[in-house]
Amino acid sequence: MKEQAVIIGAGQAGAQGAQSLRAAGYNGAIVLIGAEKAAPYQRPPLSKAYLQGTMSADRLALKPDAFYVQNDITLRLGEQVTVIDRANARVETAAGAAIAYDRLLLATGAPPRRLHCPGTELSGVHYLRTAEDCEGLRPVLATARRLVIVGAGYIGLEVAASARKAGRAVTVLEAQSRVLARVAGPEISGFFDALHRLHGADLRLNAALSHLEGRGVVERAVLMSGETIDCDAVLIGVGAVPAAALAEAAGLVIDNGVSTDEHAATSDPAIFAAGDCASHPSTLYGRRMRLESVPNAIEQAKVAGANMAGGNAVYDSVPWFWSDQYDVKLQTAGVADGADSAVLRGDPASGRFSLWSLKAGRVLAVDAVNDPAAFLVSKKIIAAKTPVDAKTLADPAADLKSLAS
Amino acid sequence: MPKITYIENNGTEHVVEAQAGASVMEAAVKNMVPGIDADCGGACACATCHVYVDPAWIEKTGKAQPMEESMLDFAYQPKENSRLSCQITVRAELDGLIVRLPEFQG
Repeated sequence: MKEQAVIIGAGQAGAQGAQSLRAAGYNGAIVLIGAEKAAPYQRPPLSKAYLQGTMSADRLALKPDAFYVQNDITLRLGEQVTVIDRANARVETAAGAAIAYDRLLLATGAPPRRLHCPGTELSGVHYLRTAEDCEGLRPVLATARRLVIVGAGYIGLEVAASARKAGRAVTVLEAQSRVLARVAGPEISGFFDALHRLHGADLRLNAALSHLEGRGVVERAVLMSGETIDCDAVLIGVGAVPAAALAEAAGLVIDNGVSTDEHAATSDPAIFAAGDCASHPSTLYGRRMRLESVPNAIEQAKVAGANMAGGNAVYDSVPWFWSDQYDVKLQTAGVADGADSAVLRGDPASGRFSLWSLKAGRVLAVDAVNDPAAFLVSKKIIAAKTPVDAKTLADPAADLKSLAS
Repeated sequence: MPKITYIENNGTEHVVEAQAGASVMEAAVKNMVPGIDADCGGACACATCHVYVDPAWIEKTGKAQPMEESMLDFAYQPKENSRLSCQITVRAELDGLIVRLPEFQG
């Protein structure tokens, strides 16, 4: 019988895995299973252009339909996998189908972390992950009197920018003392804090949500301090949780998501994992990490696809991220955890600068605001572990390219 | 619909019909033109949709904006006529546009 590879999760990593598996010469059947009804599409526009209505639905698709036909990839959409039966090498779906696999890729992603305080079940309370979530949130941008956003991370701030652009009153609640606390350095937080205030968003720091109130529909947010904020819509953006329940139930090793080795293989050599759901050992950083980003999904799925076809590829790319808010682009290379010093290059007041996080003279991460050159140079420096001199870095007249060599 | 010709580094030509309003990158992805990765999906964040605009078309496509220009500076073998294809919007005047692809992206 012909071999069959099954991919659970039809997002960025799932689609890339299917493509790379086929490109590596795999000649078995490829089955891509997605819980959503839509063929693989881009998620980043869901908090930006697609939410704002400036991008049409047909432009969201990652691949044209012909791609799946030409590459002989069977899409099974709107199907939920309920069990990975490793003993019989098959997966089972909610609809009762059993699908055999020789190779399995877990690309299940990371759905939003849910809040469980009273009131989250009210109408008008939103999360944002899928196109359907986005379409549910879109009317809020047209009509809400006040949108309360819980969490000042990428999702919260991007939606805040989109909602302000649409003229809505917006209050952002952040439990920590600065915005983007989990993903960027303090100077970057300060810049985006000022940017959002300049655009009229009401930012509340050290402001933890107690609960939501309303009669059927949300009417107000109540803070731990007792303060209340009247609103008619709430978006909760408080991080994501790796979808590892299937893998865990199947007895695979879990370590902040599905644990993989540098070849994207799980503790079962027939099963691979990639994207938001998977953690991997980073040689570059000397520790295990799980990344929530499109570039990670793409690069890790390329490795998984190649190795499912019998290859021996290694995943150790420099992580990177981007965010667009108003007319500002933030690009981050690397991960700053463990940095012992930071160097600011350029003046935040100019609207174009970068923050370099260092450890013992080595660059761990760079946050670049409207400065793609700094971002691209830093990716090379981080990958090559090029030592840098903090004084040269801080001098805006010093040539960036010379730092990389 | 405007026609765009993409020429791969090995000389293979792809003529596609592009939707006005979409980007030259999107038209390539929609028509499975190899050699345009577009990892970021058109956010001008990754520089993996680099193309060389045929010199006869430079005036109509226009030159790169400053952000795009500094991204291109780090692309593989940038030239005077380099653009990020996600930053060129397809419109009627671009019917017949010819772009060439570099050997590598990124």
